[in-house]
Amino acid sequence: MTGRTGLRVEGLAVARGGVPVLTGLSFAVAPGEALILRGPNGAGKTTLLRVLAGLAPPFAGRVEAPPESVAFASHADGIKAALTVTENLRFWADLYGRGFDAAILDDFDLRSLRDRPAGTLSAGQSRRLGLARLGVIGRTILLLDEPTVSLDVASVARFADWLRDRHLAAGGIAVIATHVPLGLDSPVLDLGPFRADPRAAAHQGTDAAFL
Amino acid sequence: MKALLLRDLRLAVRAGGGFGLSLAFFLIVIVLIPFGVGPESAILARIGPGILWVAALLATLLSLDRQFALDHEDGALPLIATSPLPLEGVALAKALAHWLTTGLPLTLAAAPLGVLLNLQGPAYGWLVLTLALGTPALSVIGTFGAALTVGLRRGGLLLSLLVLPLYVPTLIFGAEAARRGAEGLAATTPLLMLSGITAGSLALLPFAAGAVLRINLR
Repeated sequence: MTGRTGLRVEGLAVARGGVPVLTGLSFAVAPGEALILRGPNGAGKTTLLRVLAGLAPPFAGRVEAPPESVAFASHADGIKAALTVTENLRFWADLYGRGFDAAILDDFDLRSLRDRPAGTLSAGQSRRLGLARLGVIGRTILLLDEPTVSLDVASVARFADWLRDRHLAAGGIAVIATHVPLGLDSPVLDLGPFRADPRAAAHQGTDAAFL
Repeated sequence: MKALLLRDLRLAVRAGGGFGLSLAFFLIVIVLIPFGVGPESAILARIGPGILWVAALLATLLSLDRQFALDHEDGALPLIATSPLPLEGVALAKALAHWLTTGLPLTLAAAPLGVLLNLQGPAYGWLVLTLALGTPALSVIGTFGAALTVGLRRGGLLLSLLVLPLYVPTLIFGAEAARRGAEGLAATTPLLMLSGITAGSLALLPFAAGAVLRINLR
């Protein structure tokens, strides 16, 4: 895995629908490290992750990451019900120009399910498939939005093991918004103190979205 | 891009993919026309190419709203957007998949269905030729419309209203070339215009679709 510089954020402010939700964020995550984001619902965890992923522009400040290095995992897994588990994973591997290594099926306990249409999986199994996607695309910086939703205790532990032993140990980075302790020995960033004043939107009109 | 194209083709032919819906719609419309217009074969032969063009155009519209909406619903779109494939490439792959599953089958089905409208000898060749040249433009324009309306509730209806006016030039020149060809007149000019529209939309609209996708994903 490459990614010499890691992820660096300076003076970042993010906005949702033109209203700033977080401001003055600065942090850096070095290769091999993870950062846990904490904050009440609506604190802006998802918005921050979307900005880090490059899906939305920063309201102010900047995000530095090696090009083509981030992977985003949202609440939804992007699974196609009509494709089998293996076909789903193979698509993501192909799309990211990677070979598909079937070993990932063991890491997420999907081997017995590999030929099942994804539409017949349970919520937890789908989530495991969604997380396994992160293993096949080979990105260094993982931006995880509540990755453990609908996972049972054993699966949470399995995912944490994969994250620690496979991803972080290989020099990867993870930024995780979660309320569940993953057993990772990582710093926690509480987003509470960075909450933005919504009135700050006044001097920048909402049509900024179209510029 | 190949990965996305293959996945979309595979999804289209699997259960619930909707492959064949447009084709069935096309068939039904063409079967209904003689009932509505009456069995006079001279009239049918005269309006045949135009009717087939309009029906093909409406049939392509049918499968357009699924272009990005499905990937948006299950959350795949932001994941695809962060992949190495730029959104312009995503739009092009989607348009190509749409053409292969809709435009191409419609083009091939138009000739046998022409029998129902009493098309005459040369009309078949011209019809298939103009549809083959014109349907790629319909797919690309439609993909742009689908990108514009992704994430909107009842976006399919708005999509039709947005896209149909944009289809007008393609329809005019496509149907005109088919009609002139069928009647043995010189059809080069409309044919060139039709090809130009297709080439132009293929070159420009994926970029427009990529840009609107980027805004819609925010």
